[in-house]
Amino acid sequence: MELNKLFAASLLSLAMVGCASSGGTTDEAATTDAAVEESQTQGVPGSRDLDVVTEEQAAMAANSLLEQTTVYFGYDRSEIRPEFKDVLNAHAEYLVANPQARAVLEGHCDERGTVEYNLALGERRANTVKRYLIVQGANPSQIESVSFGEERPAMIGSDESVWSKNRRTEIKYQ
Amino acid sequence: MMKRYLSILLMMFCFSAQAELTIEITQGIASSIPISVVPFEFDGTLTDDVDDIVRNDLERSGHFSLLEPDDMLSQPQHEEDIYFTDWRLLKQDFVVIGTIKQLENKQYQIRYQLFDVFNEQELLTQTLKGNATQLRDIAHRISDAIYEQLTGIRGAFSSKIAYVTTNSQRTKFNLSISDSDGAREKVVLSSKYSIFSPAWSPDGKRLAYVMLEDSGSKVYVQDIATGKKQLVSAHKGINSAPSFSPDGNKLALVLSKDGNPEIYTVDLKTRHWTRVTNHYAIDTEPNWMPDGKHIIFTSGRTGNPQIYRVNITSGYIERLTFEGSYNARARLAQDGRFLVLVHQERKGAPFHIASLDLVRGLLQTLTSDTELDESPSVSPNGVMVMYAAKYNKRSILAAVSVAGDVKFLVPSKNGDVREPAWGPYLN
Repeated sequence: MELNKLFAASLLSLAMVGCASSGGTTDEAATTDAAVEESQTQGVPGSRDLDVVTEEQAAMAANSLLEQTTVYFGYDRSEIRPEFKDVLNAHAEYLVANPQARAVLEGHCDERGTVEYNLALGERRANTVKRYLIVQGANPSQIESVSFGEERPAMIGSDESVWSKNRRTEIKYQ
Repeated sequence: MMKRYLSILLMMFCFSAQAELTIEITQGIASSIPISVVPFEFDGTLTDDVDDIVRNDLERSGHFSLLEPDDMLSQPQHEEDIYFTDWRLLKQDFVVIGTIKQLENKQYQIRYQLFDVFNEQELLTQTLKGNATQLRDIAHRISDAIYEQLTGIRGAFSSKIAYVTTNSQRTKFNLSISDSDGAREKVVLSSKYSIFSPAWSPDGKRLAYVMLEDSGSKVYVQDIATGKKQLVSAHKGINSAPSFSPDGNKLALVLSKDGNPEIYTVDLKTRHWTRVTNHYAIDTEPNWMPDGKHIIFTSGRTGNPQIYRVNITSGYIERLTFEGSYNARARLAQDGRFLVLVHQERKGAPFHIASLDLVRGLLQTLTSDTELDESPSVSPNGVMVMYAAKYNKRSILAAVSVAGDVKFLVPSKNGDVREPAWGPYLN
């Protein structure tokens, strides 16, 4: 997979999360966190109807999923949100189909909370993605994880729209 | 309690081009002690204004209100010139006078006296010597002595602080040290990688810190005088949150090589590693207690971060915080009587610095004017807490007393300042 494609994919995934706020599903974080959290922890509507798509369309859908290389998390959370399972399944399939492929999972946090606790939380976010990919069949030797805590934000700023983009794990193919 | 807002901007580094930090006092105590520090006698000009530094030190402590030299009825420099009625008229409790003499070999001799106005009595006198570059050290030592004489608490004006500065693009990081008033900034380390969690060795000669490289976090210890840095920990996973043992021979730190973050200790000479905690939750931010036998740390084992204390030999763990949804990064104050920590009352509430009285079990939120308060660090005399916060959309340092009654801001002229660590006594 080409690097520029991955870059475009990460932009696309940012855009997708931006659209996600009107969706219907909620996760645990959304129900327990403060109101400010709720607007962004809601998922993408489950609109894809796999029964009617052709094989070619399915391959294209898988490709577009693979182009999403960032998954996002709820505040102080490290569980995979349901809306990102399709994306991660696509990456797991890619790793299974390409045993020589190597990925580094970079875990990140928003600026709230302490620097060190966030470093640990970032690692958990990378590791839950790692475990998920392994459960889906990827070989553990294909995946490394690293935490950058709150030190390398995707966006600079101090409101929820920025924070929600910074709580993430980025999948980077080597 | 009546809170008095001083809002005085004190420019403290007129002569140091490198200095970045300024001090802005936002709150002093209502019952502050009125004191006058009369300009010292000196024939000529000096790079550092000794009596001005003393006035600023005492003012910043919040325990004193200083009379401006322009408001003094007279400016005596010798004991026989003091008219105590003048100072009583100005409602001053104490007066400090002094003289600076130039000796041979570019040495200076500074003599000062502290007087009790009511009893018309000398309380303290000292004669100190040094060269021009030591005048600032001498000024801080004078402040330390006056502070101790009048409050009964050892002064910490001579101590240093370490902190990290970064540009707004976060592409350059400097680990710096300065005097506790922000003056005489010295860059210890520059890096394109993020530097955090600086920790002083008990003798003030070394700094441990974390550098977040592309491959992950690593812990280094650097000698401040020589600049020589030593890689202490580069295990797989997280290497972070260093804290020196009270004897300076060991570090407590966090490693996640076992799969999730655990507290370890390492002997810096033998490199013998000992695992201290063993739990599937996040364990981090160790801080060695003065007895050398316990470590306090942050753990997410109940679902959200709380503070715990572990006995290093027995492994016995005790929870210390119960109030609030987020309590982290605790540091001890006043020989372990108080914890200061990052506290969030409930989810969605702001992050502030709080103190926890371990004897009475009382938690008090100390800060309110700043946002996203973090990284509290206690002065060696246990009186003040310096921390990092967001203020007007920038990361600045700020300080608050453990009692909550004194506050000041330490904004930088440019860029962001983070991760303060208040150093130990140096003498």
